[in-house]
Amino acid sequence: MIFYWSLILALSMLLYVLLDGFDLGVGMLFGLTRDETRRRHMLAAVSPLWDGNETWLIVAGVVLWGAFSAAYSLLVSAFYVPVVLMLAGLIFRGVAFEFRGRARRTRAIWNLGFVVGSVVAAFMQGAMVGALAKGLPIVDGRFDGDVMTWCSPFSMLCGLALCTGYALLGASWVVKKCEGDARDAAYRAIPPLLVAVLVLLAVLFFHALYENLAILHRWLDRPYLFIVPFVALVSIGGTLAGIRRRRDNQPFLMIVVLFICAYAMLAISFWPYMVPFSLTITQAAGPHASLAFMFWGAGLFVYPLMLIYTVYSYNVFKGKIDPTSGHY
Amino acid sequence: MDTTALLLSRLQFAFTVSFHIIFPSFTIGLAAWLTVLEALHLITRRPAYRRVFDFWLKIFGIAFGMGVVSGIVLAFEFGTNWSELSRLSGPIQGLLLSYETFTAFMLEASFFGVLLFGKNKVRPGFYLFSTAMVALGTTLSAFWIMVNNSWMQYPVGYVIQGGIYVPDDWLKIIFSPVVWVRFPHMLLAAYVTGAFCVAATGAWYTLRGMCPAEARIMLRMGLLLGAILVPVQLLFGHLVGDYVHRYQPIKFATIEARWHDEQPASEVLLAWPDAAREKNDYAISVPVLGSLIGSMTLDSKEVGLTNFPRSERPPIVMTFFAFRVMVGCGLLMLLVAWGGTLLSLKKRLLQRRGVLWAVFLCFPLPFIATLTGWFTAEIGRQPWTVYGLLRTADALTPFLTPRAAAGSLLVFCATYIFIFVFGTYYIYKLLKGGPAQDLLLPPPAALPNRPLSLAAGLQSTDEMAREVHK
Repeated sequence: MIFYWSLILALSMLLYVLLDGFDLGVGMLFGLTRDETRRRHMLAAVSPLWDGNETWLIVAGVVLWGAFSAAYSLLVSAFYVPVVLMLAGLIFRGVAFEFRGRARRTRAIWNLGFVVGSVVAAFMQGAMVGALAKGLPIVDGRFDGDVMTWCSPFSMLCGLALCTGYALLGASWVVKKCEGDARDAAYRAIPPLLVAVLVLLAVLFFHALYENLAILHRWLDRPYLFIVPFVALVSIGGTLAGIRRRRDNQPFLMIVVLFICAYAMLAISFWPYMVPFSLTITQAAGPHASLAFMFWGAGLFVYPLMLIYTVYSYNVFKGKIDPTSGHY
Repeated sequence: MDTTALLLSRLQFAFTVSFHIIFPSFTIGLAAWLTVLEALHLITRRPAYRRVFDFWLKIFGIAFGMGVVSGIVLAFEFGTNWSELSRLSGPIQGLLLSYETFTAFMLEASFFGVLLFGKNKVRPGFYLFSTAMVALGTTLSAFWIMVNNSWMQYPVGYVIQGGIYVPDDWLKIIFSPVVWVRFPHMLLAAYVTGAFCVAATGAWYTLRGMCPAEARIMLRMGLLLGAILVPVQLLFGHLVGDYVHRYQPIKFATIEARWHDEQPASEVLLAWPDAAREKNDYAISVPVLGSLIGSMTLDSKEVGLTNFPRSERPPIVMTFFAFRVMVGCGLLMLLVAWGGTLLSLKKRLLQRRGVLWAVFLCFPLPFIATLTGWFTAEIGRQPWTVYGLLRTADALTPFLTPRAAAGSLLVFCATYIFIFVFGTYYIYKLLKGGPAQDLLLPPPAALPNRPLSLAAGLQSTDEMAREVHK
């Protein structure tokens, strides 16, 4: 039961990172251009999907609370400031989505809200992951820091890395969904973003190794795990090949694989800890009575339904966007 | 634990949750009303029912979207500000709220989509079924919230293991007697809210002389529904009072502003309770009525507040007045609903502009009643968060600083006000336009889990209309 819910939690978070990742990324790239047509195309590429993407954040949040309440109470309170800012950012960009197209005089406000909201939300998510990986001061299963403990050079760097990563994902999504000018600009943006992401990741990885050698042993003890970084390398090659041959669908697919690899590397480095290195998944898990009750309704029926629905809605909007239709 | 941070956190939760409840209490009732309309349309084949349905569906969509947006914050607030509560009661509350989220998602995912986009793609019977399922979904959502809140008011079915509240009997938690009076009370509040908003809109159109057929349907149905439901609601309110009397005697004495034991007890209708001097100023009371309301007898002894130490008592002024405002709104609504229905049965309603104005101006009453009802329940529960188990002061995140709490309070206030000014403005524009405006189509690029896009679509079609008129 514990394993099942950790799997569900991991899947929900991964889905959130991948799905909301690309639309947050598009939000950031949006700030880099002043061209109204290009902006409209970029918006059209994500507008039917962003809201459903954000649902996965809430799903991950309530699963974390329901199934792993010890971790939820510890993490969400320790990350008071980033959580509040992330929520505000998400709300602002969400509203900006809906109202921007209608506004005339106030359009500049919505543009700003859209870009800043996306950047803040993405940065805070990265910073939280960074603070978590760095390790939180925990005594007897309770957080022993203050409201600004999350803030460190390492976590800031992680925030920056995730922003860049989301922008990369966003650029490849624009390539996949758009045509013409917007696509060409996105094609040009991918290589520098990719380089930036790789440099940041390398810095972070060596920093993490330097701080905590236990992670390194875990990798050296199980050499077969190196398949993950190998797959990551292949996907980088695939991205570049896709760009060179102008295969519009390939970069996004490859970058998704790259994200999954990064996610898996994080998971492998810290398994079985939910809060490294003080709270394991088993310790964080709620009592069996709760997990079982949740399993027989929400876990067994509703969750698969949600997955099916997500696939369905992406299917409805597959292919290139048609910027002439719709209200965007 | 910092007392300023505690106060700010309580303010923040009160603000966000109060803002949130406005929208669900409206949409739950509206969904049920939409089901009735669609059923009537299927039976009678009158196109006016369909027009009224289409019109209210759009308002439902926007209100639903605002409910979703404002609800996201709540899911995380338990963790940010009340980490001790979420740690101790997570195995029970976290799970009940997971069920709520999953239920809401399932509703959005499947049937709301059919409602918005499937009118011409599915058979009428299935369309009606989808409407009913959306209504069921919003109702279930409310159900889980009420189970959760009722558990906090009257914790049952749990054991304490290592300091943590572990569920040991889900049936007891879900079928707690408190749930089954408070859930109907909330549901009826939502239905009454829907009924009065619809009736008020009908009255407004009649006063402005627009859309007569649709306005008549709204006015007649809204008032009739109100006339039936408000008395039932008063009865359930009384039953809720019974549970408070039985399980939360301190809250009951606070609502009644009864300081000392009385036998038979009088009922304080109005007063200014003074907590420091433990007495009421300017009291208007009725002898014996207190025993009658409390225990349904003429000579029962009713408990007074001075039996309990001051540290166990909730803030009396807010609890006392919140309750009276709620009851006052309820009685006013009863008067308007019965008077209006009577006139409408005699076919004289449409000529009485005074009554129409009264019906129109009534629309804030159900919202005020719902909010003050919740104030009574939640402020009256203090100083406890989980009644008798966990004090609010102990539920707070231990290391929270006043600075962080003040910052988040500001951020949320600004965000909410900003968004809701726009949301309400769009609903107002829709209402003002009325059902005749057939230009309003859902935007093609909208998905059912994105109801706010309706607001956007609305204005774009507005602009289109303007372009056309040029």
